[in-house]
Amino acid sequence: MLSLSGEDPLTRVGRVDFGGIVKEVNLAFAPEAAVGAWVLVHVGFAIAVIDEAEAVRVFVHLREIGDLAEEAAAP
Amino acid sequence: MTDSDAFALSCPVPAGDGEIVQLAHGGGGRAMARLIDRIIRPAFADRELERRHDGAALDIAGPVAFTTDSYVVQPLIFPGGDIGSLAVNGTVNDLAMCGARPLYLSVGFILEEGLPIDLLRRVVGSMRAAATVAGVRLVTGDTKVVDRGKADGMFVSTAGIGRIVTATPVEPASVVPGDVVILSGDIGRHGIAVMAAREGFGFETSIESDCAPLADSVLALIEAGIMPHCLRDLTRGGLASAAVEIAETAGCAIALDEASILVCEEVTAACELLGLDPLHVANEGRFVAFVAPEDAEPAVAILRRHPVTAAAAIVGEVRSGPQGQVSCRGPFGVARAIDMLSGEQLPRIC
Amino acid sequence: MKYRDEYRDPEAARRLADAIARTVTRPWTLMEVCGGQTHAIVRFGLDELLPKTVSLVHGPGCPVCVTPIEYVDKAIEIALSPGVIFCSFGDMLRVPGTSGDLLSAKSRGADIRIVYSPLDALAVGRAEPLREVVFFAVGFETTAPANAMAAYRAKRDGVGNFSMLVSHVLVPPAMRSILEAPDNRIQGFLAAGHVCTVMGYQEYEPIARKHRVPIVVTGFEPVDILEGVYLCVRQLETGGAEVENQYSRSVRRDGNRPAQQLMREVFRVIPRRWRGIGDIAESGLGLGEAYREFDAESRFGPVRAGSAEAGECISGLVLRGERKPLECPAFGVRCTPEHPLGVTMVSSEGACAAYYRYRGAGAGAGAGG
Repeated sequence: MLSLSGEDPLTRVGRVDFGGIVKEVNLAFAPEAAVGAWVLVHVGFAIAVIDEAEAVRVFVHLREIGDLAEEAAAP
Repeated sequence: MTDSDAFALSCPVPAGDGEIVQLAHGGGGRAMARLIDRIIRPAFADRELERRHDGAALDIAGPVAFTTDSYVVQPLIFPGGDIGSLAVNGTVNDLAMCGARPLYLSVGFILEEGLPIDLLRRVVGSMRAAATVAGVRLVTGDTKVVDRGKADGMFVSTAGIGRIVTATPVEPASVVPGDVVILSGDIGRHGIAVMAAREGFGFETSIESDCAPLADSVLALIEAGIMPHCLRDLTRGGLASAAVEIAETAGCAIALDEASILVCEEVTAACELLGLDPLHVANEGRFVAFVAPEDAEPAVAILRRHPVTAAAAIVGEVRSGPQGQVSCRGPFGVARAIDMLSGEQLPRIC
Repeated sequence: MKYRDEYRDPEAARRLADAIARTVTRPWTLMEVCGGQTHAIVRFGLDELLPKTVSLVHGPGCPVCVTPIEYVDKAIEIALSPGVIFCSFGDMLRVPGTSGDLLSAKSRGADIRIVYSPLDALAVGRAEPLREVVFFAVGFETTAPANAMAAYRAKRDGVGNFSMLVSHVLVPPAMRSILEAPDNRIQGFLAAGHVCTVMGYQEYEPIARKHRVPIVVTGFEPVDILEGVYLCVRQLETGGAEVENQYSRSVRRDGNRPAQQLMREVFRVIPRRWRGIGDIAESGLGLGEAYREFDAESRFGPVRAGSAEAGECISGLVLRGERKPLECPAFGVRCTPEHPLGVTMVSSEGACAAYYRYRGAGAGAGAGG
């Protein structure tokens, strides 16, 4: 999220950076979104703010799986 | 306006006078003569044009490459170029793809009544600039004007003549299994730049079209003694279409490696947003070269010395079969089939 | 790009595929119900990374595919009406109706415009007050909030020339319908992550309990899908039948409250016919009473019940997961994206289209390859 504008919660928009491409996104369904947040966008609307802590969990889980693999493979 | 400053000395008409193209400008009479004399001929400042004759008289010895193309891009002006630079570079590149040194161009304009003269002036200026960079002369042309609503602003056609400098024919039929596929740079810029400039897509980007002349890079290869079996510039339909056409014509298979195909961050982002595959997005300053395996590394080294092809890389190889099939190995080692687009590429919904 | 590239990491994918292979002791059949997941699976070849004992079936995850043919016919009829501007997502343009599609209607003179967002269609309505502007509101729960917003704003701002042709579908009733079929083979589900971002996953808990199937809410990047499969298989091996949330970076159990609120305000749950599956009770959304005036069916007449589709197309079987696209004799031979026999080949989310695009025409049963 690069910037926000608008007072009316229905029409509040943010300029969102998609890896270099910037597009305006409606924030009516993501009232808690702030500058710097990562959002999931669908047909021009932000439908979720990405939970960064949860995002890391996938990789923690992966490491565990990897450790299990090493245990299983060890003679 | 800097474009008109460039040839202000030979074109005494002030900029921004609000003039538009009228039907009379295409009528073959005084109005048309004035348009050509004031705007078109001075921009190209060529002695053949000064002869004011029906055609150019040229002296060319040896095998000649001849090509033609029409340009109907919308919008007429986009980041990184306009219909004029496109028209010149497009034809220059087609000649280069034949293994020829581009020499002369003709241009045909179909102008829509109501087109601002300033826009015409700008397009013509772009063509002149592009021709200078590419080292070609614009020696003959034609202008027509059609009613409002019949030409989307303007349509441009160019034809080009070049001298073939390769000993063997550069064409799909010369491609054989074992050949290496080299891509001259990153893909997708032109298509995304044009889409961004069109209304309705609504995104900001700094991407510019990759529209550029490729002849110098190609000639450098040939002068170094490398004989490409085939060259193809990537235009509409992108890398995928070029590969499929060549595979089908040559009766062989092409295996590409996705990790080697460069796509810049912004083009990737735009493609994700719009549901497009970069392999299908248009380019205007990129080509693929099919060379013998022993020529591959040297060819890449030579191309990398030129700015337009600085990111050249090996992206695949030619195999004997299945005939006409193009595949691309993805990041997980699985190969997927690549085909040409069927009709328009549509943005995706979920 | 962050939150995308790391979920496409080949090393992570390989590790998950290995973990799945180590965990599996018997054959399992899982279904995913998300066009985006179908797409990713075929594009990245995830099904080839899985052990042969794990069978991943593509369910009715493509809203374009399940839109009844009579709605496509109605859309074409409306689009060809004088003075109408018809707006639609790009995917619907080449869905075959009874005779022709929206794209052919366009070449016959219909003013059809592709939009990226429903609000773009509303903007067209504002910009062209003398024309009737109709938007084809198709999709699962993921798109419903956006469509609801378009209707809500139209009403609030009095955009009287705007209306919507609504054919929304809901996922849980479709899952129940599949599980209740007498010959059902599906033992576990990957639930669509984006649908659940909006709706949460509470409504899947009764389904998991009643039918004793594990349901894993899964994202649609390769690592997400593989982790989803892993979690699902792990439950199956240990006899679990719970709802698990793999896509926890976007999905919360309650989902997106403001979005659901607006959906409740604008829509009501109605029965829907699913193309290739049939009628499923309470499986769709239609405009509520307060929004009747923005319903295209109020302005242009109700959608008429359509005839059964004849012909070779087995898209119904594909959507229910009973056949795979490559098993269809017409695949790649008589049915291609240029000449589709059914919706699953037209829509980029459709299973047949995904296979054609990434495996090639020659991969089918009828091609003799």
